[in-house]
Amino acid sequence: MLKLFACAGAAALLAAAAPAADKPNDAQIAHIAYTAGTLDIEAGKQALAKSHNKAVRDFASEMVRDHTAVNDKALALVKKLGVTPQDNPTSAGLKSAADKKRDELAKLSGAAFDKAYVQNEVAYHRTVNGALKDVLIPSAQNGELKSLLQTGLTLFSEHQQHAEHLAAGLK
Amino acid sequence: MTKGRVAALALLAIVAPLSSGAAAARLHVVTIDRMAFGPMPANVRAGDTILWVNHDMFQHSATARDQSFDVDLAPGKSARTVVRKAGLIPFFCKYHPGMKGAITIAK
Repeated sequence: MLKLFACAGAAALLAAAAPAADKPNDAQIAHIAYTAGTLDIEAGKQALAKSHNKAVRDFASEMVRDHTAVNDKALALVKKLGVTPQDNPTSAGLKSAADKKRDELAKLSGAAFDKAYVQNEVAYHRTVNGALKDVLIPSAQNGELKSLLQTGLTLFSEHQQHAEHLAAGLK
Repeated sequence: MTKGRVAALALLAIVAPLSSGAAAARLHVVTIDRMAFGPMPANVRAGDTILWVNHDMFQHSATARDQSFDVDLAPGKSARTVVRKAGLIPFFCKYHPGMKGAITIAK
């Protein structure tokens, strides 16, 4: 399932890149980055509602806090640049995969939930970081957007490591 | 009293108030931005204060590996720690452990 999710993310990215002259434009990139953040905030809120494990709750709080900070900054930037984020197949792919995962996680509880949530966070951050590094950052035209995405990549790489560390401890 | 001793005492008289005064007033700034600690201040001594200034949009911390200090830094906020121990003190952000640095503290 995790592999499938990662593949779905990658496939969706390719689908987005194909029609729009090989690579996504800034309006699409902003939409993808914002959507990716929002989905992880929702996952974090679900974990805070369901988990009783302190380490998992601390991680989830960090996800909500950090991704909210980046998204607030992204919103302020698109407003300043006069860019309207544009929905696209990549954002839609991320969202449908996350919706499915949220429904799956909703059926779990206790240690099973914790493990599945954290494993998905590892996979999710890996997918998003791959997209940022290989597609979104190289494609971004605006310097401020590129810089925000780069800070995002540094942050999300930290999250990925944190999730991996946490996953190892939950086994 | 020999000339040497007089000179030494005179020197002490000058240095002592200067050094104690300087030690009391010494404040060093370390900034944090874009998921990284900025350059480390030079000439930090035990008893000095570090002002950690978080210019980033994220919550960070400055946490010494030897637990001699641990401050939380909300986005856009700053906090002070007094460094008590001499030596090379490695520190990191407990929320984003890939962010790290080390500060040299003289006696």
